[in-house]
Amino acid sequence: MNAFTLYRRMAGASIKAQLRYPGTFALQLVGNFVTTLLSFFGIWSLFHRFGSIAGWDIGAVAVLYGLVNVSFSVAETLGRGFDVFGSEYVKTGSFDRLLLRPRSTLVLLLGHELRLRPIGRFLQGAFVLGAGFWLSPHVSWNTVWLLPWAVAGGAVMFLGILIGQAALCFITVEGLEVVNVLTYGGVEAGQYPITMFARWLRRFLTWALPLSAVCYYPALAMLNHPDPLGMPLWFGLLSPAMGFVFLALMMLWWRRGVAGYVSSGS
Amino acid sequence: MKTATAIEVRDLRKTYQVRDGGSWRGKTREITALDGISFTVPSGEIAGFIGPNGAGKSTAIKILSGILRPTSGIVRVGNLVPWENRIAHVARIGVVFGQRTQLWWDLSVAEGLALLRDIYSVEPERFKRNRDRLAEALDLNGIMDQSVRQLSLGQRMRAEIAAALIHDPDVVILDEPTIGLDAPSKLAVRAFVRDLRRERGTTVLLTTHDMHDIEALADRVIVIGHGRILADSPFEALQATTLSERILEADFTGPPPELFLPDGAVETERGTRSVTITFDPQRLPAPALVAHLSTFPDLGDLRIGRPAIEEIITRFYADHAS
Repeated sequence: MNAFTLYRRMAGASIKAQLRYPGTFALQLVGNFVTTLLSFFGIWSLFHRFGSIAGWDIGAVAVLYGLVNVSFSVAETLGRGFDVFGSEYVKTGSFDRLLLRPRSTLVLLLGHELRLRPIGRFLQGAFVLGAGFWLSPHVSWNTVWLLPWAVAGGAVMFLGILIGQAALCFITVEGLEVVNVLTYGGVEAGQYPITMFARWLRRFLTWALPLSAVCYYPALAMLNHPDPLGMPLWFGLLSPAMGFVFLALMMLWWRRGVAGYVSSGS
Repeated sequence: MKTATAIEVRDLRKTYQVRDGGSWRGKTREITALDGISFTVPSGEIAGFIGPNGAGKSTAIKILSGILRPTSGIVRVGNLVPWENRIAHVARIGVVFGQRTQLWWDLSVAEGLALLRDIYSVEPERFKRNRDRLAEALDLNGIMDQSVRQLSLGQRMRAEIAAALIHDPDVVILDEPTIGLDAPSKLAVRAFVRDLRRERGTTVLLTTHDMHDIEALADRVIVIGHGRILADSPFEALQATTLSERILEADFTGPPPELFLPDGAVETERGTRSVTITFDPQRLPAPALVAHLSTFPDLGDLRIGRPAIEEIITRFYADHAS
């Protein structure tokens, strides 16, 4: 059986397990929706008070907000196994159990759980994203294909962070909350136009952790909004590819981590 | 593919680097877990692999399972070097870790087995045959639809064994398969392993702390301690020497008197109200020893048992030192 079919089977089993208690599941979903939506009200009230900030109106910011949340929710849904890797696999020693199975560890960890709870974040992100487009006057036709492309780039970038976090567990399982700076911090940072950040941080978010490559620049291209910092609009058509590059690098790092684990046994 | 030698281990060494004082700073120290062990297990044999905790048993098991790379040495399981091609190797072995589950807590036994079918790419026909055979032999038919979380330890262990064998492995590693089980479950597991070897010629490497497992199953016993092989002999040979020994604990209502033990028995420990005696039943049958002790009026309770593995190992050290 090929890896994709296997993944589908594992994902199916995980969905079944999550729906075993439908009442609890529904409540969690609603909770996820409401808590994430509340964070948008913070931004909304800011713009309600000041109208626009540094040339950005509420519509453009809503698009950024929606894009980053939709992307992150997809990564959360797929990458749960990596998120809990330290606590559920390394600390307990059950990573050995995975190594006993004749499959790639990445496939097995993806199959750990197809998490349904982030659907709440996905829905509210999609809702804000739609509102953002509705409020923006110059939405480009490119949006039709650029939107799924940017979401895909963003989702794999966040998935890359989760894989990188899991690979870090081979070195230490302590203090991994630091990585949340990149995941949840990334979601927070991605909600704002990067022109608001210092130059070093802008560079970091474009070239090291390509958050703006998957959110900010594609959003500019979709909204026909020229970049105040002078990056041409076509950059946003290509830049989501950097999310995939980031994922590939994190997968290589993961591989090194597994090889190190197998030779040190801890 | 089956080979005449199922497991070959030659001069296997493993050292770990350990850091003193925190995970980042501190000097590294080398710990030798395996100090050059060699043994072979012919196809179709059940080999008992025993030794105290920290002897290097689990390190050896991990290397044989392909999840740990040794520092040096040669290992072949079938024709494969476990750590060189993990995926091809683990597809052909079955491993049961007594304290860890291979199944999924939230899924039923049947669902878990179906996922393992997909993971090991077992053809549907063969899967059905194996599942029915295993369910029958391990008495799983009543618990197939229960989630693993709800199973008792004995039920779970039987399900674990089925999970490890669903893909017809040639070599099976059982790491403490009877730990924590009640008596009927232990018997069921032993009977199953015996049949497995008889009917399918499966090679089994078994670690255990329970000498009854060894007695019931092992053709061969490999004793490991401090990372070295201390003994490697047919079960009968080991039984004739060390394993035949018994321990008798006698409680007294007051301080124990002088016992004047007959030949074949020695007092090994004396407490305020009890005495521990080690004896060899071939020289002094248990009833004779009991009869002798019964002549003491303040004798309370008597218990007869066998020495723990740790004690046998200690004996091996003593023998090897001399």
